[in-house]
Amino acid sequence: MSHDHSLNPETMPNEPEKATLEGKNKFIGFWFFLGGETVLFACLFGTYLALRNSTAGGPAANELFGLGLVFIMTILLLTSSLTSVYAIYHMKNNDFGKMRLWFIITILLGFAFLGCEIYEFTHYIHEYGFTFTSSAFGSAFYTLVGFHGGHVLFGLCWMIALIIRNGKRGLNLYNAPKFYVVSLYWHFIDVVWVFIFTVVYLMGKVV
Amino acid sequence: MREVKVVSNAATHKRGFGAVLWDYLTTVDHKKVAHLYLFGGGFFFLVGGLEAMLIRIQLVKPNSEFLSNGLYNEVLTMHGTTMIFLAAMPLIFALMNAIIPLQIGARDVAFPFINSLGFWLFLFGGLILNCSWFLGGAPDAGWTSYAPLSTTSPGHGVDFYVIGLQIAGAGTLIGGINFLVTIVNMRAPGMTYMRMPLFTWASFITSILILFAFPALTVGLFLLMFDRMFDSAFFDVSLGGNAVIWEHIFWIFGHPEVYILILPLFGLFSDLFSTFSKKRLFGYTAMVFATMLIAFLGFMVWAHHMFTVGLGPVANSIFAIATMAIAVPTGIKIFNWLATMWGGQITINSAMLWALGFIPTFTLGGMTGVMVASVVADYQYHDSYFVVAHFHYVIVGGTIFGIFAGLHYWWPKMFGKILHEGMGKLTFWTFLIGFHLTFFIQHFLGLMGMPRRYSTFAPNQGLDLGNLISTIGAFFMAFGVIVFVINVFYTAAKGEKAPDDPWDGRTLEWATASPPAHYNFKQVPLVRGLDPLWIEKTEGKGKMTPSEPLGEIHMPNPSILPFMMSFGLFVAGFGFIYQVDNKAWLAVVVIGMGITFGSMLIRSLKDDLGYHITKEELEREAD
Repeated sequence: MSHDHSLNPETMPNEPEKATLEGKNKFIGFWFFLGGETVLFACLFGTYLALRNSTAGGPAANELFGLGLVFIMTILLLTSSLTSVYAIYHMKNNDFGKMRLWFIITILLGFAFLGCEIYEFTHYIHEYGFTFTSSAFGSAFYTLVGFHGGHVLFGLCWMIALIIRNGKRGLNLYNAPKFYVVSLYWHFIDVVWVFIFTVVYLMGKVV
Repeated sequence: MREVKVVSNAATHKRGFGAVLWDYLTTVDHKKVAHLYLFGGGFFFLVGGLEAMLIRIQLVKPNSEFLSNGLYNEVLTMHGTTMIFLAAMPLIFALMNAIIPLQIGARDVAFPFINSLGFWLFLFGGLILNCSWFLGGAPDAGWTSYAPLSTTSPGHGVDFYVIGLQIAGAGTLIGGINFLVTIVNMRAPGMTYMRMPLFTWASFITSILILFAFPALTVGLFLLMFDRMFDSAFFDVSLGGNAVIWEHIFWIFGHPEVYILILPLFGLFSDLFSTFSKKRLFGYTAMVFATMLIAFLGFMVWAHHMFTVGLGPVANSIFAIATMAIAVPTGIKIFNWLATMWGGQITINSAMLWALGFIPTFTLGGMTGVMVASVVADYQYHDSYFVVAHFHYVIVGGTIFGIFAGLHYWWPKMFGKILHEGMGKLTFWTFLIGFHLTFFIQHFLGLMGMPRRYSTFAPNQGLDLGNLISTIGAFFMAFGVIVFVINVFYTAAKGEKAPDDPWDGRTLEWATASPPAHYNFKQVPLVRGLDPLWIEKTEGKGKMTPSEPLGEIHMPNPSILPFMMSFGLFVAGFGFIYQVDNKAWLAVVVIGMGITFGSMLIRSLKDDLGYHITKEELEREAD
């Protein structure tokens, strides 16, 4: 019953994240949670779509957005999803060191993304005076993109906590589901960004 | 890492009050969490009932000055908010927690820690909401808090609404996910989906509704919070905002919510009619699919709350037809319940009385529902007492009747004692008569033009007598509830000890002890069909065949962290509310969030693998 023993390639099941009941519960519970998150973002997108032209005389989307920066942010985040896939690939091969390495790369990419976002927001505020309170469009923009950024930050803290906690003990059936679930979360954040990229930035440039 | 605890038999030694309190503060046992939900929800039910009585006393005569207009708005808002979020939901969660794992033959819920967290979030959210009474005024914009009324409401009332519901709503969401995972992953061998008792089925579908509805409320509350506390402009028309967005988001949550309130009780009534008619439920498969269909349609009809907003005839027609369509699966259910009783050996006791009272009451509420769903007619009913009568017929006539039925039915399983029958029947009859006196006449008051939400009415408009009758009815209901509370205390002190299976039950919860051991089943039972215990009884065995040899049982450790996490949010909530007046309050936000995130960090960094009950200990305990 104890799942605290480190795994070796012989004892490694095919799907370590679902090998125990706890793991199975985490796995399916997290998918359910992501279902709820989908509704959360759907409501934020709906609000944004309703208000995206309500600029109250302030700056509009096509004046603000620079697609160059947004393109870099997209590359950073999409790549981080790929690196988290590598991490899980190595988890399934029971290579803790490589899994950790790829998670660390994922974390670095995530922070780079966040850095760009912070730069973007401060740029809008200082260059255009475009803030959370300047118009309904401003409120909706910062809320939707900010909620996504908050999710990124939370995911990064989560990954760091997992890496630190499990740094010395290697993979086992207790922590494998945790690593798996955080990567699911990371992919979800990525998918949301693809929608933000399209609905907020690309559509924002189309007048 | 592994901790083995000696299982003490709680009955053998008395423990001090402090030990019991600590036990409940740290418990992760779903049966004790059910007790917490029951007493938390029960307390708020009494508070909400008190508020209802204040409303009815105010409206007993025209031009009454019992409550000021402002106070009336607060009482009205808090009555609705309290009854929906702090009474009905937790009481349903109490029943779900107590019974679902037992009905599916599970030893526990999927996430015991999160289960406990869900309760404490609800409780602290409810406390924040009610602290408003003592801190300068309660929310006064109605339980729906329509913008811009809510964004312009002075004082901090609506802020308490926003923060309190946000915290309580998070608790509900994680509770819903927990039940979903429990039902998907933890059913006993042989318990296929189409062998699950209807209460579990309905709770499963309800949990899906919770999962998809509550995040919408989260977003709505965030938008309202940002507008009120951080000067955003979602609902501020002068900056391009749009108040109808609040209505859409609120009802995308709010309409499924009323099905969240009723579906579990539909399931419970199905179990109850079957048990007390000594028959298999008529149309089991149809019941399951009707429940799914109601849930699906329940999501599709939110805009029927907004017919008079001006969405246009096409939108109104679509939502009207979708709404009326819900009457079809609901009708299927009503007829299946009648057919279950048809030709059965019916036992009538207080639990069954509530179920029998429910059928005509809820049917009336359903019929006025179809009336309100007709767009042209709704222009007459809208915001009148007709609507008040309608939703009390479905929510009280369905949910509250169901909760009373469930409590009388499962009290022996939850507490090991049977509620006093005489008092149970007295509660039922006074409540039933009081209920119809109160609300039936309100249909006519509404048709005669009495508006909702108003603190008074003018004399000599034909509204005097109806309001008087309505108030008299409310006193009958209050009397019934008081008798029930007395019944609870009487039963705790003097009630007869319940046998394991007092009603000659059919489903798995009756195969456990009353109350069940903390591990529920010594050996997980083998399920061979619908109504598994009944199958074993009719084949002469009388008890379940185990599906596994006796072995050690894994149990979770108790933890104070759920309490601490919720307490941190409670503290931070006050910081968020008052930082509008003075930025120094942001320090309180930091302290509160520090407590919450610190507790989360401890939870993340410290492994909590639980403990095992050994086979020897299990053998020592009597069967």
